[in-house]
Amino acid sequence: MTDTGARERVETAVPEGGAGASPDAPVTRLRTKDLLGIAELSPAEIRLILDTAEAMKEIAYRPVKKVPALRGRTVVNLFFEPSTRTRTSFEIAEKRLSADTLNIAISTSSVVKGETLADTALNLQAMAPDLIVLRHSASGACHLLSRICRAGIINAGDGMHEHPTQALLDAFTIRERKGRLEGLKIAIVGDLLHSRVLRSNVLLLTRMGADVWLCGPPTLLPAGIDRLGVRVGSSVEEAIGGANVIMMLRIQLERMQGGFVPSLREYFTVFGMTPERVCLARPDVIIMHPGPMNRGVEIASEVADGPYSVILDQVANGVAVRMAVLYLLAGGAEDEAAA
Amino acid sequence: MPILMDADRMSRTLTRIAHEIVERNRGVEQLALVGIRSRGVPIAKRLARSLFEITNEQVPTGALDITLYRDDLMRHAVGPQPLVRRTEIPLSIDDRIIVLVDDVLYTGRTVRAALDALIDFGRPKAIQLVVLVDRGHRELPIKADYVGKNVPTSLWESVRVRVQEIDGRDEVVIEKHEPEQV
Repeated sequence: MTDTGARERVETAVPEGGAGASPDAPVTRLRTKDLLGIAELSPAEIRLILDTAEAMKEIAYRPVKKVPALRGRTVVNLFFEPSTRTRTSFEIAEKRLSADTLNIAISTSSVVKGETLADTALNLQAMAPDLIVLRHSASGACHLLSRICRAGIINAGDGMHEHPTQALLDAFTIRERKGRLEGLKIAIVGDLLHSRVLRSNVLLLTRMGADVWLCGPPTLLPAGIDRLGVRVGSSVEEAIGGANVIMMLRIQLERMQGGFVPSLREYFTVFGMTPERVCLARPDVIIMHPGPMNRGVEIASEVADGPYSVILDQVANGVAVRMAVLYLLAGGAEDEAAA
Repeated sequence: MPILMDADRMSRTLTRIAHEIVERNRGVEQLALVGIRSRGVPIAKRLARSLFEITNEQVPTGALDITLYRDDLMRHAVGPQPLVRRTEIPLSIDDRIIVLVDDVLYTGRTVRAALDALIDFGRPKAIQLVVLVDRGHRELPIKADYVGKNVPTSLWESVRVRVQEIDGRDEVVIEKHEPEQV
C-alpha cells in the first residue's frame, strides 16, 4: 500500500507543544506512551531524549554492555519493510537495556497469507508486549497501531511520513559536535520528495531553532516545502555555502524508473558532495548521511571517508538515542494496573 | 529546620574520614573513589583532595549514576522516570579497592544498586563505603565502613545534605514531613 510517485501535499500544521505550560520548561517524562513522530514532541521533550541519550552512550564502552533497566520487558520489532541498520540498532538498544526482544520479519509471517496490519497488531497485543517498534510502508501506520494497542508504539519509519529516531540521532550527533542546534546553518541535499528522514529532520531542526536549507533536483522537491520554515537553495552551492552541517540523503535508486533524475552520473555532477563542494562550507563543517550510502552518487568516497564525516558516529549515536527512547517510554504513562 | 552540620563541621568530618581511610588501608595504594550521583560525587572529590594533602598521592575518582539499576524503576504507576545522568569511571576497577561515597545512607537500596553497577565494570579487590550521614532504617543488610555522623531519624523525617558545588552552600539539615507525604 505504498504512496505513488505523485507529489505529496506537505503537512504544514505543526501542533503547538502542550496546552498550559510553556513547551520550553524542562520535563522529566514524555507525555504519551508512543513515539509516533517529531510532530508530537515539544522542544523540552526533544531535549529530554537527547540528554538521556548522552547518559546511555557510555554503556557501549563498558566491559559489560548491559544495564537492568528494562529487565523483563518485552519489545517486538515489527518490520514490514526490509531493514538491517535500523532494526539492528533497535535490537542492540533493547538488549543493552536487558529487554526481551522479538523480531518479526514480514516475509515469513502471516501477512503473506493476507492478514491485515490491524489483525497482526491485535494478535500481538494479546501476548502483551510492552513496546512495539514498527516500520511500515504506509504513512500513518503507527498512528493506527497506537489506537489499537495498549503497548507503546515506536515509529521506525512509516511510508513517506516520519522517521523520528533518525532525526533524533542526527540532532544528537550535531549537538555533540557543535554544542547546540540553535542558529546553525544546516543543509540537507538529496531526494527530498520520498524521504521520511527529511520530514522528521526538518520538523526537529526548525523546532530547535536551526537555519535549515534544502536542495535537490526540482523533480524531487515536495510542493509547499518552504512553508515548513526552511530555505530552498537554488543551487547546491547556495545551500551549503557557509554551512555548519551538511546532511546528504540517499538517492533511492529504485525511483530511477520514474524519470526523476536523468542519470546517476548527472546527479553526482550537479548535487553530489565532492571535496571541492565541501570547501564551500565552513572549515569545521560536519558531513552526515543516514545510510546506506551510494558512493559516487550522492557522496564521493573521499568525503564519506574523510575527516569531516561523522557518518559512523551517527550509527553509534543511534543505539544511544534508541536506548533513551525505549527507557523513557517503557516507564511511561502506565495508568493501568500493569505495574 | 534543625542544622545537623554546618560547613565547618562537614569539612572537619570529611578530613577525619580521609584519615580513617588511610589508616584502615595502610596508605592509598590501589584505592579509587567512586561517588554516587549526585551529591556523592563532590564529596568524593573533596575526599580525594584530602587524601592528596595527607599522602601526596592522587587517588583516581569516578562518578556513578545508579538510576538504571534501581529496584523501583518501572514500578511507578504515576510519576516521572528518574533522570539518567552520565556514569564516568575512567579507570579499571579490577583488583582495586573501590571506596564508594554517598551523602546519606538510609534503606541501603541505593548502595545495593551501586554494588550491582560496579560489578558490571569489573572485579574490584574490595568495596568500602563512605557516607556522610547514616540515618538508620536499613531494609537490606548494608553497612557503611566510614560514617560522618549517625543520626537517628523517624520515618517522617528526611536528611538533606547540601554541597557548595550543587546547592551553593555546605550543610546537613533534617526536614520533617507530614505522615501522608512519606
